[in-house]
Amino acid sequence: MRDPGGGRRSRLIPSFLGAILRLWNSIGNYPWRKWLRSQARFLSFLLPAAILLIVLVVYPVVATLSLSVVDPQGRFVGFQNYQRVIGSPETVNPGCLQNESPCGTLINNLIWIAIHLPLTLFTGLFIAILLQNVRGGSVVKSLIFLGMVTPLIVIGVILRFILEAPIGLAPAFFGWLGIKSLAVNWLVTPSTLLPGLILGTVWSWTGFSMIVYSAGLTTIPKDYFEAARVDGATEWQIFRKLTWPLLRPVTLVIVTMTLLWELKLFDIVIGAAGSQGGVGGAADVLALQMYRFFFIIDYNSAAVVATVLTIFTLVVAVALFRRFLNLPRRKRPARSRRFGWTRRRRPAGSEPPAQDAA
Amino acid sequence: MSEPRKDRPGFQRRFRSFRVRPKTIIINVVAWAIGLAWLVPFVGVAMTASRPLYQTSFGWWNLSPFTVTLNNFIAAWNYPGCPLSLGQRDSFFVALPATIMPMLIGALAGYGFARFQTRTRNFIFVAVVLFMAVPQMMVAVPVYNLMVKLGLISNLLSLILLHSAWGIPWIILFMRNFFRTLPTEVEEAARVDGASDFKIFYKIVLPMSLPAMAAIVVFQFMWVWNDFFFAQVLIQSPNWYLSTQCVPRLVGQFVRPFDLLSAGAILTMFVPIALYVVLQRFYIRGLVGWTIKG
Repeated sequence: MRDPGGGRRSRLIPSFLGAILRLWNSIGNYPWRKWLRSQARFLSFLLPAAILLIVLVVYPVVATLSLSVVDPQGRFVGFQNYQRVIGSPETVNPGCLQNESPCGTLINNLIWIAIHLPLTLFTGLFIAILLQNVRGGSVVKSLIFLGMVTPLIVIGVILRFILEAPIGLAPAFFGWLGIKSLAVNWLVTPSTLLPGLILGTVWSWTGFSMIVYSAGLTTIPKDYFEAARVDGATEWQIFRKLTWPLLRPVTLVIVTMTLLWELKLFDIVIGAAGSQGGVGGAADVLALQMYRFFFIIDYNSAAVVATVLTIFTLVVAVALFRRFLNLPRRKRPARSRRFGWTRRRRPAGSEPPAQDAA
Repeated sequence: MSEPRKDRPGFQRRFRSFRVRPKTIIINVVAWAIGLAWLVPFVGVAMTASRPLYQTSFGWWNLSPFTVTLNNFIAAWNYPGCPLSLGQRDSFFVALPATIMPMLIGALAGYGFARFQTRTRNFIFVAVVLFMAVPQMMVAVPVYNLMVKLGLISNLLSLILLHSAWGIPWIILFMRNFFRTLPTEVEEAARVDGASDFKIFYKIVLPMSLPAMAAIVVFQFMWVWNDFFFAQVLIQSPNWYLSTQCVPRLVGQFVRPFDLLSAGAILTMFVPIALYVVLQRFYIRGLVGWTIKG
């Protein structure tokens, strides 16, 4: 079918465009033309988003990648920048176990993940389960969730009112308990700075795991729990065999999102410890290091740190997004295979196939 | 099998709801204690901000002289190095357009992803979703250089554009998931009546998707308002500092002005928290929607 408006349209627009349009209409309704037109319709919806994304995300990512393998004069140097930046004690400091020096940004990020992730995950799950049958549970949830909507830079500043010496609660509290090693200014003591900030992020980000776990808990049918209780299961057994396995997809989401935030950590450290990452860089992290390189106009090193960071986040994100993308496609065949017999089952009343007897 | 209930099962059933077991009390008390303990840092900031510094400088929990004053807020509002009055204004100037623009653009693209069956769709979708994982630091240097070339450094427009581009991927994902739940009959009827694709989009689909839009507005506005890194990269002139940029500048070098600092923190977090309190339903829906439902 020809486009009925084609002739009229060609009169309204410049002649060379009209010529193209007439040529286009004369081609007829071949499959590839139909395909092209559907593509054009689809792409016209994407066009504004595509322009913004290409100019401000795709191009900068590619440019950062290329910046990371050249020297300041623009000559290609391979992986020398990577060697220099990752090999420096500022990034990875293997000697931090022997002497009391800070471990470097990369190690600090990993320490952060190792301590923060399990703590925030299980605190959130514990609170979510606890709040299931609490009067005013939604209010408590809102209170705990406040840390998630507060700007991260403000979270960093708020931590000063807990950790910093004359005004903070933690030093005074431990002084009152008589624990001398913790009754110090947490923000200027290298050994307490990193743990203090990690606990601070647990405080502010537990709201996320709690809210998502609460939503996940409501999706589990109540009958499951009732059936388990009737069968005499203890609360721990119910959690271990029922709640935890059923919440696994939720856990996956929380773990990946939290990992992404931990890797991109920036504002909290700068708000609580300043742009140098605290005394001697005790709480320095990759993003902060990148910012400092950017600040002193060492763009190549900044690009190296950014690329390392991106590699980490992409590895984490692929785990999450595989779920987003493959779930509808992969789930169906798997289920039909597992429960394949339901389709082959005979209608009620008919005889089962006789081959089994043979 | 469990024990058969011999004695008056109806009695037990009827009065179970009235019996308050000690376990329930303990759970309630513990839960509320945790909730209130979570507030302690906020209480600390609020105490410091609302009282003169001499009362709080050796611990905000000392209550013996207790006078409430607004002077700290006024001082932070007019702080000469980085007045929060200007900071808040600039944050609004950035956050409002950087919420509306990506919302419309992202909804358009999300509609394309949800409705058109094309071969390239999944490929592009994978790419878009991967953008969401890219850290802000990965684009900082080239975007800075680009904005220097365009003469947009310390111009709020650069930040608006960057935040729009940055928000689009997740808005596409969110809106695509939402549009797939909408029935297509209305759109097909309109198409039969001769409406074009774009007309269908803004006359029929957009009005139907207002609840999803509300979730996006809350989320994106909060994200832009709370951002610090992009602002720090692109806004270098003190005249155009955003609210979040002012907060670390209130931290003194040698003497800590805790009163100013706490007042600035409260002023900066006031807007997102107020938004959250008012539009909590949409916020939680947005959060849960794009994490769980996928």
